[in-house]
Amino acid sequence: MSETPVLEARSLVKRYGRVVALDHADFELRRNEILAVIGDNGAGKSTLIKALAGAVKPDAGEILLDGQPVQFRSPMDARDAGIETVFQNLALSPALSIADNMFLGRERKRKDILGRYLGLLDRKTMRDEARQRLSELGLMTIQNIGQLVETLSGGQRQGVAIARAAAFGSKLVIMDEPTAALGVKESRKVLELMLDVKRRGLPIVLISHNMPHVFEVADRIHIHRLGRRIAVINPKDYSMSDAVAIMTGAMRPPEAMAA
Amino acid sequence: MTTTNEAQPRGPAEFERRLAESDAAVAAFDEEQPSLLQRFRHFLHAHPTVVPFLVLVLGIALFASLVGGRFFHPFNMSLILQQVTIIGVLGIAQTLIILTAGIDLSVGAIMILSSVVMGRLAVYVGLPVEIAFLIGLVVGLACGMLNGLLVTRLKLPPFIVTLGTWSIFGALNLWYSASATIRQQEIAATAPFLQWTGTALQFGAARLTYGSILMIVLAALVWYLLNRTAFGRHVYATGDDPEAARLAGIDTGRTLLAVYAIAGALCAVAGWVLIGRVGAVSPLSGQTANLDSITAVVIGGTSLFGGRGSIVGTLVGALIVGVFRNGLALSGVDVLWQEFAVGVLIIVAVAIDQWLRKVAQ
Ligand SMILES: Nc1ncnc2c1ncn2[C@@H]1O[C@H](COP(=O)(O)OP(=O)(O)O)[C@@H](O)[C@H]1O
Ligand SMILES: [Mg+2]
Repeated sequence: MSETPVLEARSLVKRYGRVVALDHADFELRRNEILAVIGDNGAGKSTLIKALAGAVKPDAGEILLDGQPVQFRSPMDARDAGIETVFQNLALSPALSIADNMFLGRERKRKDILGRYLGLLDRKTMRDEARQRLSELGLMTIQNIGQLVETLSGGQRQGVAIARAAAFGSKLVIMDEPTAALGVKESRKVLELMLDVKRRGLPIVLISHNMPHVFEVADRIHIHRLGRRIAVINPKDYSMSDAVAIMTGAMRPPEAMAA
Repeated sequence: MTTTNEAQPRGPAEFERRLAESDAAVAAFDEEQPSLLQRFRHFLHAHPTVVPFLVLVLGIALFASLVGGRFFHPFNMSLILQQVTIIGVLGIAQTLIILTAGIDLSVGAIMILSSVVMGRLAVYVGLPVEIAFLIGLVVGLACGMLNGLLVTRLKLPPFIVTLGTWSIFGALNLWYSASATIRQQEIAATAPFLQWTGTALQFGAARLTYGSILMIVLAALVWYLLNRTAFGRHVYATGDDPEAARLAGIDTGRTLLAVYAIAGALCAVAGWVLIGRVGAVSPLSGQTANLDSITAVVIGGTSLFGGRGSIVGTLVGALIVGVFRNGLALSGVDVLWQEFAVGVLIIVAVAIDQWLRKVAQ
């Protein structure tokens, strides 16, 4: 426990009216790990990662990135700080091309006068870079980078969203239920992508309901219950049914928080 | 710049073991081959201007064979262009709005209000015509901003907002103009600049008005904005899926506000084109312009659900309406059948859009 965590949250609170979505929730992501976050429906997982990703402003608590306190007012802030998120709904625009989506919200302008004064986009650079990113992750069976995202399968879309996150994330990548809408084969591909991203040195926060997927890729598992973290376990020390039992309150969480 | 993450050889053994275990064929994301019809649909879906363009070509061919030389006469061709110019300019504004999944019922009212402001300030108040013109543009811009603020700040549906402002701008127009027309001679005497859009370059029998040239220039500018700048990408993304756009880091509120403001200013330019076409400034002209602009956009293949469509499509849509009206008139068909034909075109266009949207599942 000597290294500073990449991302840490202390005692986050978020209320929606009378619903307490986050009730003094703690969080810790270490270097070079895949940290799974599991919890029942409505436990507050999505709210937690939205707070970490700048999409939701917590009512109280603090977030530390590389040990430094940070405050995100928008997803853009978090992105600028190096946190990339693959949201549950992917945040892709189906009617735009793959390349457009990869650079959505951070388009590259040409470096010449046309770019400076007329905002002319550098489409060639964006296309080339998008193509390169996708092929790095072995996704270049998507032949045409100008193809509209809506013509892609669910797994391919997930691939584009992950490639975007991996390309721009300098600190970490958060993925909310990346395999939820996918079939068996496409899920496998996405899990491989995650391991690949981790191998490239980016830690990942994985929110998932799928225990086999979690136990396959996670280095540690953060268990969320009723708006807070009640345990962190090492998947090597616990079975899936133990994890589910802790998650649902059927088993007492282990005393030591850190696995 | 992007941070490139060098591959770190950390724990490769574990990783490779997993890779080896998994089905190697999966990595191809294999999909069954789409059928010919599906591919056709994808193609049309990705190129929404193709259908309107075909309809335009077919329409021209149809009337060329029905009416013959009179239809194809350069004078008649240039007449069609003149007839669609106002709707073309308004349609450009309307396209911007509809791309964001909105609708603007007040475009016609903004156009007329701006033209009345330009006319009265120049002719009756005696301001220099350039100043009067600029104030007219600012009025259009302000009307658009009001729509935009109501849509983005109060989160009211664009349909309701612009239905309301349509009445409001219409009433302001009647109040400011006192329902009186500024006659052609008065404008010609004191502010001929306002009629400039109606003057023309003559190519034999064909008359190309400056208003039509202006429409094409505006279309090119907005095309550039939509297709070659980040703002344009944000307009499409905002219309396609606002939540996704927001999560991707786009300020959708600012994007929408800018769209409504630009549309308002374009409507004011349409007001200038209107003065050129009519010659006079009439607070009662252009009554059908609102719906006609929506018609042009829809027939031009832009989706009312947002995120899909193009400026070129809208110009083609306006031309389709112009060609059908003109061709039917020359064929000696009763005016009511022109309306009938336009109605059929609208429904067919929207039906095709629905069918194409199913591509997205
Ligand atoms: N935008 C919102 N408005 C109101 N309530 C919300 C909102 N988002 C989440 N909640 C509530 O907060 C709780 C936690 O939700 P969420 O974070 O989505 O849980 P999970 O992702 O673990 O299923 C739920 O009770 C949910 O209904
Ligand atoms: Mg959730």
